[in-house]
Amino acid sequence: MIPGTFAYHRPASVAEAVALLASLGEDARPLAGGHSLIPMMKLRLAAPSALVDLGAIAELRGVRREGADVVIGATTTTAGLIASAELAAALPILRETALVIADPQVRARGTIGGNVANGDPGNDLPALMQCLGAFYRVVGPAGSREIAARDFYQGAYFTALQAGEVVTAIRIPVPPVGHGWAYEKLKRKIGDYATAAAAVVLVLAGGRVASVAIGLTNVGDTPLVADAAAKILTGSTLDAATVDRAVAAAEAITAPASDGRGPAAYRTKMAGVMLRRALARAATRATH
Amino acid sequence: MAKTHVTMTVNGQTVEGLVESRTLLVHFLRETLSLTGTHIGCETSHCGACTVDLDGQSVKSCTMFAVQAEGANLLTIEGIAHPDGTLHALQEGFREMHGLQCGFCTPGMIVRAYRLLQENPNPTEAEIRMGISGNICRCTGYQNIVAAIQFAAARLNAPALQEQAA
Repeated sequence: MIPGTFAYHRPASVAEAVALLASLGEDARPLAGGHSLIPMMKLRLAAPSALVDLGAIAELRGVRREGADVVIGATTTTAGLIASAELAAALPILRETALVIADPQVRARGTIGGNVANGDPGNDLPALMQCLGAFYRVVGPAGSREIAARDFYQGAYFTALQAGEVVTAIRIPVPPVGHGWAYEKLKRKIGDYATAAAAVVLVLAGGRVASVAIGLTNVGDTPLVADAAAKILTGSTLDAATVDRAVAAAEAITAPASDGRGPAAYRTKMAGVMLRRALARAATRATH
Repeated sequence: MAKTHVTMTVNGQTVEGLVESRTLLVHFLRETLSLTGTHIGCETSHCGACTVDLDGQSVKSCTMFAVQAEGANLLTIEGIAHPDGTLHALQEGFREMHGLQCGFCTPGMIVRAYRLLQENPNPTEAEIRMGISGNICRCTGYQNIVAAIQFAAARLNAPALQEQAA
């Protein structure tokens, strides 16, 4: 359980980190919290020639408002997400999700940027970011750009991130005041990835669904957006028949692996159950 | 591979050493500093036996490189007792409430519980259980560990006894 050798760099700025990654080549990797990368390195499933540690870059940390959006620095830890009063008020679903990621020690080190950028379909934040319509700010040799979370994931561990690019921040449009939210995660034990999980953000108007967004975790090679299910629910009163049809539509887009968490058919059904519970809980929290 | 010079504070003492970049923090503590109270259990970030306190947070020292702890302030199980050698309330609690059997998980449990009680001096039983959810014990079934932490919380929250302990 000893990683291979690598050169270690600890830059003080994003510009320096990007320059280092460009000069060190494709075998160099950025290091954030390290709670995905270091275990992979210990198993020798990853053997980067160099690590560029982002931990000393102050500009990558913290939560701030930019107009109607919340912008979260990429190396803000999961514990930092939980501790932020601003996030608890503006994006309560983010806190609810962060609390079911891993365990306290892992949350003290793991970062939002690493969680979303790694492309691990088991991670909880990617589906949530898709549900929230978030954008990832990246900086690379060719400059900076924003990538929509919904366009970011191409396959397990394959993302739209180009060689040498680093995620620097996550920009999240704040849902309207009075929105309902829920993240429902079925897991075998603390620290496990989801057997299936569902994120729901909805807005009610006059007892009907004005808008709803649904993300699904760990029931495919990428996080999933259940747009067809959302379309079925929009305009409804969340009556049982409509919810049944929406759940069926969401289940139809899943393609989970059969593994220690259960056979594929079971995990698909659990995705439906998580969605059903998330819809019910989100509706009770919506205030309009 | 060239070695890197690291300096950090461990249990109030400034320590330094030469490490390979791949040296895990737990190996630096155990092998370079001979602080073998911090245990290596699963080596896969699950069991929490390697838990240490780093800049006011509980972390798993098997999932960090020593170079990442440059400049950090660490507390390990060796730094938990009072300087005069009397036991910390958590250590008293684990002894009084039989919070250990084989003892392998105990250093990680106590260091984690130390931070938990800093964050939340009067936790409910459920909060204790969630608070130690990153630490695995295969002997006790956790019941007596929870009782030990409750014992320590009560002891630390009692002003008269606190004075006595100080």
